[in-house]
Formats: sequence, structure tokens, C-alpha cells
Amino acid sequence: MKRRISYLLIACLMILSLASCTRDPKPPVDPAAPGKPLDGGEITVAMYSDLDSSLDPHESGNSAATREIMFNIYEGLVKIDSEGNIIPALAESYSQSESSDEYTFKIRPGVKFHDGRQLEMADVISSLRRAAGLDSGVALVAAFSAVKEVEQIGDDSVKITLNAPDTEFLPRATAAIFPRDIDPVTQVCGTGPFKLTSRVVQDNIVLEKNEDYWGTPAYLDKVVLKVYEDGEALVMSLRSGASDMAMRLGASQIAELDSLNIIEGSNNLVQALYLNNAVKPFDDARVRQALSYAIDKQEVINLASDGYGTPIGSSMYPAFGKYFMPELTDYYTRDVDKAKALLKEAGYPNGFEFSIAVPSNMPPHIDTAQVLVEMFKEIGVSAKIELVEWATWLDEVYTQRKYQSTIVGVDARDATASDLLSRFVSTAADNFTNFNSAEFDKVYAEAKASSNDKEQTELFKDCQRVLTEEAAAVYIQDLASFVVMKKGLEGYLFYPLYITDFAAIYRTE
Amino acid sequence: MKYVLKKTGLLLVSLLLISVLAFLAFSVIPGDPATKILGTQYTPERAEQLREELGLNRSLVERYLSWLSDFVRGDPGTSYNYFIPVREVLSGKIQVTVALSLISWLIIVLTGLPLGVFMAKEQRPRLGRFGIVSNQVVMAVPPFFMGILLTYFFGLILKLFTPGNFPGFEESLPQTLFYLLFPALAIALPKAAGVAKMLRSSILKEMRLDYVRTAYSRGNSRWDVIKNHVLRNAMLPVITFLAMTMADAVAGSIIVEQVFALPGLGRLLLASIGNRDYPVAQCIVVMIAALVVFMNYLADIISQYVDPRVRLN
Repeated sequence: MKRRISYLLIACLMILSLASCTRDPKPPVDPAAPGKPLDGGEITVAMYSDLDSSLDPHESGNSAATREIMFNIYEGLVKIDSEGNIIPALAESYSQSESSDEYTFKIRPGVKFHDGRQLEMADVISSLRRAAGLDSGVALVAAFSAVKEVEQIGDDSVKITLNAPDTEFLPRATAAIFPRDIDPVTQVCGTGPFKLTSRVVQDNIVLEKNEDYWGTPAYLDKVVLKVYEDGEALVMSLRSGASDMAMRLGASQIAELDSLNIIEGSNNLVQALYLNNAVKPFDDARVRQALSYAIDKQEVINLASDGYGTPIGSSMYPAFGKYFMPELTDYYTRDVDKAKALLKEAGYPNGFEFSIAVPSNMPPHIDTAQVLVEMFKEIGVSAKIELVEWATWLDEVYTQRKYQSTIVGVDARDATASDLLSRFVSTAADNFTNFNSAEFDKVYAEAKASSNDKEQTELFKDCQRVLTEEAAAVYIQDLASFVVMKKGLEGYLFYPLYITDFAAIYRTE
Repeated sequence: MKYVLKKTGLLLVSLLLISVLAFLAFSVIPGDPATKILGTQYTPERAEQLREELGLNRSLVERYLSWLSDFVRGDPGTSYNYFIPVREVLSGKIQVTVALSLISWLIIVLTGLPLGVFMAKEQRPRLGRFGIVSNQVVMAVPPFFMGILLTYFFGLILKLFTPGNFPGFEESLPQTLFYLLFPALAIALPKAAGVAKMLRSSILKEMRLDYVRTAYSRGNSRWDVIKNHVLRNAMLPVITFLAMTMADAVAGSIIVEQVFALPGLGRLLLASIGNRDYPVAQCIVVMIAALVVFMNYLADIISQYVDPRVRLN
């Protein structure tokens, strides 16, 4: 019997020693000095999961992952550049009425769709009307729900009239334009630098260079997006050379990939412990503040993501340059006594229990949750992590708001401050935290009404200040995002939105 | 014949029950296809419109009956996630899973049976004990972990294949089959160990019976006794087990496909449940269940053929 056990032990040890390939954290390597761009070539990009929504460009706003890829295929009247500026796309110029409720776009001549047809005014009008739901009654692109009318002006211009003045409409005029006679649900045909040439569900998506692109054409001839559905398999494919590139890797994954170029950027997400402000005990601002005092953001980043990430203090991330307020980051610094005093004041001298719903497919948020649970213990609050499937999260947490707290990263769809702030207006349809502050509502309304950019920026900053002071959520960090490319590939641009621009990537050898 | 008819009837009833259960399961798990499709851009109006389009606002019974009548006519519906016919979503995926399951089943048969006989025959105590212990260890390793070990060892160290670079049948048949060998091993090894263990104990049990003593007394060697007399009897339980192993191989491939980045049914099933893409998930569940039930059916038929006593129960 004894000998049998020792055989078993030896066999187990052999298996363990094979499996425990240690991961020592290494700092990411800066990309080498950029080489000379070469035209042509084909790359394989490893993706975590297949695009999880319809490829209909008006609906794909529902999923950041789909939007990230569709950016290369479809274009709107304007688009964003990597600096966050709004630049002309299918409109070559535009103007805005004095009162900001009418926008006129002059359409660029000579643009061709991927199927070779010429872009015509009728295509522009039908696409924009569809996005705004003018004929169906329901807007497909949320930002276009404010559109009252879309009409053609002269031979080459289109005028968009809004229900109410909005100075932030221009950055949102990114709704895709496609031929008027295709069914965008099943056919993909845009004007972008890449065209989609084939897709096998749960396997791959092939993008090929648009040779007739109106703007600066792509360097690469072909980009194959390969679906892995498993983090371990994805990293394995990069190590074995089966794929050339991957985006949005976490700190723990790059440790195994030090033979490749690793570029550090940010994910452009506001990661926070979002609290349901409508349920006890989080309906009391003092309780929310106590939780904010309980955590040390830098320590969370160190423990949960190997030190990569940028601490934030309100609903805004650093890539949004002029709106970001670094001074709010340290508004709450870890102070256990103060946190306990606040809890006592609020009537919870012995702390309380609550649960944190975390999407089970998002490891960075799960790691963060584990660190927070430990930090909350020290102020006498016991939190329990509850892993939920993403579809369940969308239904129960986001839509029905049946939850106590959750950790996710909130992104911006377009480059406007409102994209990150409007959801905290008490009546907003997407106010999933049920935040309710008369002061915030007032300042936000003032900001939206302002036509002076400087004044508006200040007002949006005031909005963020209210969120921080009221501790609408426990703001944590903008997660680091790593892009991994094999040697000889360069040109990756970090946008302030959740976008990957394949047209900018090139080979150097 | 009556026996076969009875079993066939049971087969159809179980299939129908499975489809009802799968349908019910998908309707009680939290998460609504409409909220999943709309994501963070959800508005009540758009959700209402979508439910109307997808037919989700009908009652459960109505939905089931219309699904069933379409399904038996060969139309499994349209995917909620990709908005293309389910048939198109599945095309190409079935071949991968079927090929993987068949290869792993062959490995199970070709390694499990000889190994079981060898372990029963082997009388040197040290070697025998080593065989039993290592067999037990291999049996205990779950397929996904075996998959990770195999990718590290054969893929990254020995570089026999490129993990994550599945060529696909259209591209190159021999390369594809070679790539499938590794995930097939991950599924097959634990199962083959199980078959070996079962055959060994079945043989050893037979060895204690009277006819074996008679066979020995006629001067046969241990090997001759096993080969000519014992094996035929000892194989009875193993044959039914092997038929059911086919179903296990399919189940194992669901997990292993993730590890080896294989675009098969298993990966599609997990993704479509996550996406609340019920038409796709329902179709795969019914297909896999049909296979499992059919294999059980086959096992029943085989066992009554080789051992007519079964019919009496």
C-alpha cells in the first residue's frame, strides 16, 4: 500500500512539474525605433472571441469588440483620429448653425463603395434616416435618436436637424453610410480602408485592402482575424507564431510573450465598483464615501494587474485630455478610521454585507474584485463576489438594475464627454447605477446648453466633481491594455476610443 | 425483433423529451436574447421591436411547437447572434467535431484493448503495479488539462505542430488530420486508460471461473487461455462500454476544442449559450443528445446480440 502511494506521488509530481511553467513579471519592452514602412503583406490577428453582435454597422454599436473591427470597414460623415480630433470622412466639410440644432455636411465626391459603386446622395440620406429611425420610428444608433430630420441640400450636401440644440453632435456623426439597396444585416459593404471578404462564424474574418480608398490607403494587403475563444489558446498561438498580433492582452499574459514587441496603452474604460444608488445601504452617500476611503487604488493596480494601469477618480479617463481631471484621483485616499467613522454616522457601526456581481468572462474585473473584498474587510464590510455570465449581466444588472454592486469598465462610444457622463443624469435610460443628484442634473443640463467650448469644458468638469464628491461609484482605474506584435510589424496607434486601426499597421522587413 | 422495436420507440421518446428539456432550460436561465443583442445600447422600444421580429413575445408552448415543426422539416431556424440560417452557422463545424470524435475513438480502441490484455497477462509484480498506478493517474487527468500538457510538450517544446494553427479540411487534409491527432489524444488517453482498466478487471474476473481451470488443465499457457477462451467472454461488458465511449468522445471534444482552438461544434455551443443564441444552441444540444441516445441504443442492440440473456430483462 505504502509503495502504491509513493508511485502515485511520483506520477503526480511529474505532471505538476510540467504544468508549473513559472510566470515572472517582466516590464513591457518599448517598440524598437520605427523602421521604414513597407507596402503589402498579410497578418493574422488573434482575437478572444468572435464578434458577438450583428455586423449591421448601426447595431454593432452594441458591442465594443465589434465596433473595434467595423471601424476599419465602415465610415460615417466624420471620424476620429488617434489624437481624438474629429476629422472629415465621407463629408469633406461641414458647418453648424448658430444655435447648434442644424448641421450641414458637404459630401466628398468620387468615393466608391467596396462593391465598386459610386457613393451617391441617396445612399447618404437613406443610411442616416435608418440610423435615426425616421421611417421605422425607432432609432438604431442611440446618438441619432435626437435627429428630427435629414434632408438633401443642393446636389452635394445633407442637412441634419436636431430636436434640440446639441453642441456635441458633430463627434457623433459617425453613423455608418452604406449602399441604399443592401441589407446591412447580412451584407457588409462600406467605404473604409478595408473590406470584409469572408467570414466563417467562430473561426475567422478576412479583411482585404480597399484599393480604391479615397484617403490614405492601408499598408497591409490582408488582415485575417482568427477567433480563439480561450485566453490560454490565444497566448499559445502567439508563442508558436500561428498569429502575428493580438490586442487588449492583460498584464499576466504578456509575461509569457517577451520575445515579441509589447506596446503598453490603455483600454479607455472607466473601471469602477458601480453601486446601485437606489438600494440600501448605498442610497446613503456616506456609505459610498466610506467604501471609497477603504481602498488604495495604486495597491489595487499593483495586486490585480501587476502595477499596470492608471488610477482615476471620476467617470473620465486620461485619453480624454481636456476633460480629464487628475486632481480628482486622490480625492479619497485610503483612511480606515475615516471610513469607519462614516459608516458609524450612517448607522452601520458594525459594517454590512453586500455582493459584487462581476461578469465571468472578464478576468481583470474579477482580479480587482478579489483585492477590493480584502480591503473592505478592514473597515468591517464583508463583500461577496458573484460571477455572472455576460448575457445575465446585461439583463439583470444593466437593464433591470437588480443588483447591489458590480465591477465593469464603461467605455465611450464617441469622443464626447457626454458619453461618459450622461448616464448619471437621474432620468437617463442607461443610468444603471440609479444615481440621483439634483446638482448633477442641473450642472449637466447647463453644460449641454452651453455653446462656449471653454465654459462647457468647465461645466463638464463640475459634473465629474459632483460624481466624485457624492461617490456615485468607487472609481478605480483605466485598465492597461497591451498590444503584442511580432518583430517586424509596427505602426499601432492607440485611439482614445475602443478602436484598432489596421490601416496604420505596416511591415518593416 | 420485438426488442429492437421497443428500443427504437424509446429512442424517439427520449429525443423528444430532450428537445423539450433543452427548450425549457434555455427559457429559465437568466438573460434575454433581446437585451444581449442590444447590449449597452438598450432601449425599451428597440427591445420590444426585436422581440416582435424574433418571435420572442409568443408563449413558450407556441414557440416550442413552431420550432419543432420547422426542425423536423429540416429547418433549424435563424441565429439570433449572426442573423444567418443556423444551418450555415453549423456548416464546417460538424466535420471538425465528427472527425475529432472518430479519431479519438479509434485511439481508445486501438490502445485501450491491447493495454488491458497486456495488463491482465502481465504477472511481474513491479511492472504490473507500475502499469496500474500510471493507468490510474492517466485516467484521472481531465481532457482539457491533458490538452494543455500536450500543447506545451508537442507544440512548444518538440514543435511537432503549431498550436492555434488549425489548417482546415479545405486547405490540407493530411495536415488537418495530423493536427487533430493531438486533441484526439487529449480526449482518448484518459478514456483508453479506463477501457484498459475495465478489460483487465473483466479478464481477471473470468480467470477465476471453472472453465479457465479446465483450460489450464489441458496444458494451455496463460496467454493461450486469455486469447482463446477468456477474451471473448471478458469483452462483453467492454463492447457496450466502447459504444458509450463514442458519446464520451463527443462530450470531451466540447472542452478540448477550446484548448486547441478548433472551430467545432463544442466551441460554437459554448459561445452560443453565452450569447443566448438559442436556435444554434438548441440545434447542437439536440444533435449531440441524439448521438448519445443513439450510441446507447446501439450498445443495447449489440449487447443483446452477443448475449441473448439481456432480452429477458
